[in-house]
Amino acid sequence: MFSGRTLHLDGPLLIALLFLSALGLVVIFSASDQDWDVMMRQAIRLGVSLVAMVVLAQVSPETLRRLSPHLFLIALVALLGVLFVGVTVKGAQRWLDLGLVRFQPSELMKLAVPMAVAWLLTRGRLPPGFTMVLAAVMVTLVPAGLVVVQPDLGTAIMLIVSGMIVVFLSGIRWRYIMMLFAGFAALAPFLWLRLDGYQQQRILTLFDPFADPLGSGYQIIQAQIAIGSAGLWGKGWLEGSQSHLEFIPERSTDFIFAVFAEEFGLIGVLMLVVLYLFIVGRCLVMAYHTRETYSRLLMGALALTFFFYLFVNLGMVSGILPIVGVPLPLVSYGGTSMLTLMAGFGMIMGMHARRRLMT
Amino acid sequence: MAANKLPTDRTFADDAVRGRIRIAAGLALTLALALVWRFYVLQVSEYERYQTLSLDNHIRIQALPPVRGLVLDRNGVVLAQNTAVHILQVVPEKVDDLDAMLQQVDALVGLTPAEVSAFRARVEKQPAFEKVLLKAKLDDVQTATLAVNEYRLPGVTLEAVLHRDYPEGSLTAHVLGYVGRISESDQATLDASAYQGVRSTGKIGIEKQYEGALLGRSGFEQVEIDAHGRTLRTISRSSAAPGHTLSLTLDVDLQRVAREALGNRRGAVVAIAPSTGEVLTIVSSPSFDPNLFVDGIDQETYDALRGLDDRPLLNRALYGRYAPGSTIKPVIAEAIIDAGIDPQEQVYCPGWYTLPDNTRRYRCWRKTGHGPVNLYSAIEQSCDVYFYEMGRRLGIDVMSDWLSRFGLGQITGVDLPQEPTGLVPTRQWKRANRNESWYPGEDLITVIGQGFLMVTPMQLARMTATLANRGFPVQPRILLSKEDSLSGEEISPAQPVEKLERVVDTSLDMVVAAMTAVMHSPRGTGRASGRRSPYQIAGKTGTAQVIAIGQDEEYDESVIPEKYHDHALFIAFAPADKPQIAIAVVVENGGSGAKAAAPIARKVMDRFFQKQLQRAALKGKSNVFG
Repeated sequence: MFSGRTLHLDGPLLIALLFLSALGLVVIFSASDQDWDVMMRQAIRLGVSLVAMVVLAQVSPETLRRLSPHLFLIALVALLGVLFVGVTVKGAQRWLDLGLVRFQPSELMKLAVPMAVAWLLTRGRLPPGFTMVLAAVMVTLVPAGLVVVQPDLGTAIMLIVSGMIVVFLSGIRWRYIMMLFAGFAALAPFLWLRLDGYQQQRILTLFDPFADPLGSGYQIIQAQIAIGSAGLWGKGWLEGSQSHLEFIPERSTDFIFAVFAEEFGLIGVLMLVVLYLFIVGRCLVMAYHTRETYSRLLMGALALTFFFYLFVNLGMVSGILPIVGVPLPLVSYGGTSMLTLMAGFGMIMGMHARRRLMT
Repeated sequence: MAANKLPTDRTFADDAVRGRIRIAAGLALTLALALVWRFYVLQVSEYERYQTLSLDNHIRIQALPPVRGLVLDRNGVVLAQNTAVHILQVVPEKVDDLDAMLQQVDALVGLTPAEVSAFRARVEKQPAFEKVLLKAKLDDVQTATLAVNEYRLPGVTLEAVLHRDYPEGSLTAHVLGYVGRISESDQATLDASAYQGVRSTGKIGIEKQYEGALLGRSGFEQVEIDAHGRTLRTISRSSAAPGHTLSLTLDVDLQRVAREALGNRRGAVVAIAPSTGEVLTIVSSPSFDPNLFVDGIDQETYDALRGLDDRPLLNRALYGRYAPGSTIKPVIAEAIIDAGIDPQEQVYCPGWYTLPDNTRRYRCWRKTGHGPVNLYSAIEQSCDVYFYEMGRRLGIDVMSDWLSRFGLGQITGVDLPQEPTGLVPTRQWKRANRNESWYPGEDLITVIGQGFLMVTPMQLARMTATLANRGFPVQPRILLSKEDSLSGEEISPAQPVEKLERVVDTSLDMVVAAMTAVMHSPRGTGRASGRRSPYQIAGKTGTAQVIAIGQDEEYDESVIPEKYHDHALFIAFAPADKPQIAIAVVVENGGSGAKAAAPIARKVMDRFFQKQLQRAALKGKSNVFG
């Protein structure tokens, strides 16, 4: 029999992930108006993702590090491929059709960018010097730029954030951090002009959603109504009127948290946030106890990126951040994101399990 | 060893990366707390606000329009009812291509250009998610055609609605009036809360007069809707209360007789039960189909109706103003007796009359004259010369006082909207309106019911009823009773009938006898219509000039255009001693009252008593004439 130890898995993290995924299925069942098919499809995706997790847990940190630049290059080529021969779904060109499966290179990039940056930074001495930081920024911005033109602003932001987290964790000097912030601030006006009209509108809407309650403000308002009308205890599972009467758009995907919050109230929100924090915290503790720098950087970056997903999604649903199309990690309906995340957790578990081998 | 390949910069990395992980963890925790705070604000601090918004979102209050009250005649014949019809409505938001949709619908059921343009105008005005009327009143075939094709026409809905219907059509059009779609000017005057979900309102006639009773009370329904506005379920409901059922004093049967007797001539017939004031018949001719107005009449038809010289929309019985002619002579007779003039005093009629100090000849209708006449024979033969003399003696002050006492020149108080007063001239009136003093010659014109004097057929009928009542006036009324449609409770009498003072102290018996002679004596002007009547009729003919005939001109119907022919008038009540029906008839340009108007009254009265007999036979009574 395999035990958790021989499979290089981490018990507490695995239990928390399973618990969260199961909760996700429960919420999807409600958000899909009790559609068993939808829930079963998601359950199958969860199973596939768990398999990926277990497989990746077996890969040694050394192999991961060695493969990092190659994976990055493959993902980069695939991203370029998307630009030319990609499949357009819902107006965005994000998919590569590989015959058997459709594949979203930007999802692969979510793993490849932090891996590549961690690989890059650990090639030299830490803390990284100016050239090294600049190289890391380039490794981050090039794929992000390719994703923005798909267009997929949400993923691009997550790529930049994951790359920058690695840079931050590497112990980069504070003055470089200041410079980076200044650089992004200086770029902001250009980025604003690069945004499409609807993207600009989303950011403006944030400040006054009621200016156009039936247009651009509709999603925000309806989600806030769903959340606010839940109160402390919520309306009960399957009882959310906002959700079930179709007032919440994208209620199975990006706005699934509004469904959850409507039905389970502030108590449910608190429990879910605590569960997420436990997962993030557990990963950070594991990173903390890992001796080897590449692993530590990657584990920390993956965990913090995971948190950032949560933050952006909840912020967007509750109306404090613009709508950027980031799903709620491990809960939103959809397979690719779950696969990437679970793969990441597999890598974290694997690196942690072999932490002593590095010494 | 792998350890050698992986750089482990112990001295720095251990501390720095771990330090950064601590900082990052702290940041993450702070952001998480910020999120929790945000949710606390939404779900606890502002809970009530969002709960209200949520309820508003998916709970909608819908009005349930009440069913409009029925209108029946005195025998229970339905005059106004509600029938279910199908209407075609469109939600523009759900239609991809409006023009294509219109073409499809046109191919299926046919649309008139007027319907299409009215629809487009409404689409402009209304929000895109609201239903807009495309076609009202589909027949069964059209309804079925659309019902099977509805699935191919997204946004097009077929709906069954109750629709006002007047089964007697033009026969009762003027008195009943009609309902029409609530217009913008209606919206300004109507109480919006009482008209929740109601699409039409009474425009004229009884429909307008008793709008409040007929309307009923709207009900309300709380329904749950989804984001697309579809109704999912009813949460609570308070039913609408239907309007009262109104029973009218009218007898459709008599109405029909009067209408047929009038034929295609312009005119009016009003019959009243003198003891109660109940209006048995109110007919105006020509008439129109009130059903045209229910769904909004199209401009073309409306203009055509309005443009006609015959003015079919005008209710002549109430709004027509006519010179009464000789029909007022019985009232003048009362004034004569009251003034102390001996009714037996004879006046010689050579066929004309002149005032002292004046050579102008005032003609009697009979050129050869009546010879010596007294009051009785002057009424019987309608001698103008006798009345010229009396008019001179009485003067306008006395005459207008008496005419007013019998209700001329003032509203009768009948329960129809906007009744006109008509006009009984006085010295003061002429001074104020014409800035002239009263001339003695005008006494003579007034005494034979010409000149400034203007009365409505309703006023004439009331005057006749007052004569029939031997001086007790009545207030004509059309509403017999109201019945609460839910409880079946009779609200009767619907309006308190005002007890009026006796207006005449003198006995009218002599005048009534003279009026009976009009109908039944060999010299009576109305004898042709009184012939072989099983009941005694008291009547008075009248012929009113429409244009002035010059001093030496002849009135010759054959050479004068029809619209300048004399108006024919007739008043009567029967049985003369115990009257049950009083009637006034006006036939515009009908020529002589005796020939044109009196036969109509006779037909109505015959039918009235025939029905009385039938009813009495059923009840086993033998004598219905008193």
